[in-house]
Amino acid sequence: MHKNRFTLDLRVPGRTEYLSLVGSIAECVAQRLDHYRGDREALAFHLNVVVTEAVGNAIRHGLSEHQQSRVRLCIEVRGDELIIEVHDRGQGFDLCSLSEACPDDLDEGGRGLFLMRSLMDSVSYRRTRAGNVLEMRKRLR
Amino acid sequence: MNVEIDQSDARSVLRLNEERIDAHNAGELKNSLLNALEDGCRLLIVDLAAVHFIDSSGLGALLSGYKNANLRQARFVLTGLQARVRSMFELTRLHRVFEIAEHVGDVVVNP
Repeated sequence: MHKNRFTLDLRVPGRTEYLSLVGSIAECVAQRLDHYRGDREALAFHLNVVVTEAVGNAIRHGLSEHQQSRVRLCIEVRGDELIIEVHDRGQGFDLCSLSEACPDDLDEGGRGLFLMRSLMDSVSYRRTRAGNVLEMRKRLR
Repeated sequence: MNVEIDQSDARSVLRLNEERIDAHNAGELKNSLLNALEDGCRLLIVDLAAVHFIDSSGLGALLSGYKNANLRQARFVLTGLQARVRSMFELTRLHRVFEIAEHVGDVVVNP
């Protein structure tokens, strides 16, 4: 694997028991970024968090009952940019309708998107003919 | 979920013997906390010393426990937060909501 430019393209069974596996894969990606000058341990943890949140979200909201439930996870390193995409074929949701703020102290839900937005440089969500794509980007400085 | 409960008259200590709390086991954690509180304990200490990773589902399960404890006028304390886990509480500002102690032995039963 060329450490400054590579893509992982994974199909993950849509079951929460696989979240620890995808989180570990994300951590391994961070550990391989030799050119990253920041805190690699912190980056590894943050990638574990955002991938766990994004894939968990796709499993919870993105899978229709009738389809073979799989989530596609792509992790791409392009020089100093990291791009993570999570694809699902469910009904999707309107990212713009969700608050960017941290939920109120006692709300039990709603922190997943807040964490993704806090730990990555950008988070976007688009619908395509093939399904929905949550995309997160981070500049590797 | 691998949970160990140590009960006495004064307090219950619920030890999570899991390295990771995420959407896979957060529901079980929520139920374990509720069961411990329904048993009538007045002080529930949740020891997270074995936990290396927690996501928003895990934080939500702990908040559920905290709110259930409040409803029952019981005290709810978290202990043993590792640095990564603590950072998640700080990022979401939940460290201001929960009572947090370093070790189980640091929790004074009747403060």
